[in-house]
Amino acid sequence: MRIEYFQLIDRIVDLNLADRKITCEATVPTDCTIFEGHFPGYPLMPGVLLIEAMAQTSGWLVVAANEFKRMAFLASVKEAKMRTFVLPGQVLSISSYLEHEGSGYAVLNAKIRCDGKVVTDATLTLRILDFPNSQVAEEMRKLAERIGLKLEARADG
Amino acid sequence: MSDTLEAIANIIAETCDIPRDSITPESHAINDLGIDSLDFLDIAFAIDKTFGIKLPLEQWTQEVNDGKATTDQYFVLKNLAVRIDELVAAKGA
Repeated sequence: MRIEYFQLIDRIVDLNLADRKITCEATVPTDCTIFEGHFPGYPLMPGVLLIEAMAQTSGWLVVAANEFKRMAFLASVKEAKMRTFVLPGQVLSISSYLEHEGSGYAVLNAKIRCDGKVVTDATLTLRILDFPNSQVAEEMRKLAERIGLKLEARADG
Repeated sequence: MSDTLEAIANIIAETCDIPRDSITPESHAINDLGIDSLDFLDIAFAIDKTFGIKLPLEQWTQEVNDGKATTDQYFVLKNLAVRIDELVAAKGA
C-alpha cells in the first residue's frame, strides 16, 4: 500500500471478466504516520481506508470491464461492516464481484479477507464516466501496469 | 395504475423513503418527488433488476442536455413506465 498516495492496492492477483470478479492483494504498512494518530500506542488500519481499498479494487474491475475507455468513481457505500481489527503488517486479500453494470453506474459486492477470514465487506455503487482528461487516462494506465492489470486478461476471460 | 407503474412507485417509495400514497402517475421523479441523481441510481438498479433491463440513463441524459428530449418524457412516472415496457418488449423480441 502507498497510503500517502492513496494507492491502496499492491497487485492484482486475479481478474476474471467472464465471472465478473477480481482479487487484489495489499499489505498494510508497518510504518505510517496514520498509525501515530489511529491510535497512539494501538495502531489500527482505519475502516474508511478498508472501504477505499474495496472501492479501488472494484474500480479496477469496472475499468477493465470497460476496456480502459472509462473511469469509475465511488458513489455510495452500503452495509459496510468492519468485522475485526486490521493491524499494520497484515496481508489483505480484497475481492469484488460485479453484481450489475447499468447505464453509467455499477453495483459491486466487495470483501476483504485476512488469513482467510472476512474482515470487511460492503456493497458499493460506482459511477462510470469518461476519463476527465488524457493525463488521468495515461496515469491510470501506468498505475494499472504497476499493479499488474493487463488488458490481455480480457482474452482469458 | 399499470403493473409497471405500480412496481416503479413501490421501488421509489422503498428506496427513497417517500410515502407511497404521495406517488402518482403524474409525479415527476425529480421535480415533484425531489429524487436526486444519486438516489436515482438506486432506483435504476432496482428497476434494472426487477425488469431484467438496462435503463439507458446516459442516453436519456444526453438527449435532455442536447435539447432533443425533456425530462418529462423520462422522469414523469407514467412515461417512465411506458419506456420500461418498451425496453422489456425489445428484450423479448
